[in-house]
Amino acid sequence: MSLNIELETKHNVLCIRLAGELDHHYAEELRTKATEAIESRNIRHIVLNLEHLSFMDSSGLGVILGRYKQIKQLGGEMVICAISPSVQRLFDMSGMFKIMKLETNEQFALERLGVA
Amino acid sequence: MRNEMHLQFSAQSQNESFARVTVAAFITQLDPTMDELTEIKTVVSEAVTNCIIHGYENDPDGIVYISVLMEDSFIDLTIRDDGKGIMDVEEARQPLFTTKPELERSGMGFTIMENFMDEIEVHSSPENGTEIRLRKHLIKSKMLSN
Repeated sequence: MSLNIELETKHNVLCIRLAGELDHHYAEELRTKATEAIESRNIRHIVLNLEHLSFMDSSGLGVILGRYKQIKQLGGEMVICAISPSVQRLFDMSGMFKIMKLETNEQFALERLGVA
Repeated sequence: MRNEMHLQFSAQSQNESFARVTVAAFITQLDPTMDELTEIKTVVSEAVTNCIIHGYENDPDGIVYISVLMEDSFIDLTIRDDGKGIMDVEEARQPLFTTKPELERSGMGFTIMENFMDEIEVHSSPENGTEIRLRKHLIKSKMLSN
């Protein structure tokens, strides 16, 4: 069980693709890698692709909310895509969907940000 | 039929997945649904993470204790640490409350435990550790028809 973090830059959008399990142990690694990429690559928006995320707990909510706040401070948006029903339940419980945008796949997410 | 399991391990974050996968493997005997299994795994992850971050404040010498008791289609899960305890349990259980916002903690751990389980009891006092007792009834368990 581990978390694979893939980061790709498309124009000024950072695409973060997660595969595996996002818990407290891997949340710190995600925070470090994503923050470093946002600061060094002139990033304005984030697309978070959760298609291959098989497990997440409240530590995942914390690190995602942290990146949302980070990108908002830069005047950007975060779009989350391809979310599973079990992960969606956690988002619903925390009320995070009231502030974050959701799309069914990465293509739609990029279109929403005007890149694609 | 009654069946139980006891587990203890170092309070290190790489053991969080070990803990939830082990409990899930034990529970599988009751033939839970995928949703029920995910709920149990999430709850174990939340409680164990609390022991590590809050109970022991990342001291790897701390020990986390888990007991699982299955009887008919009921699961009783106890997760305990000998850490620093909770000053105000009611406050800690409030949604979005966290004592460690600088670590990007969401404050949703107890809320998730309450939502995913049928019953929860929190026993804690400063310097005396914390014990969380959780109970869940597996609705579709095939044990009912045995």
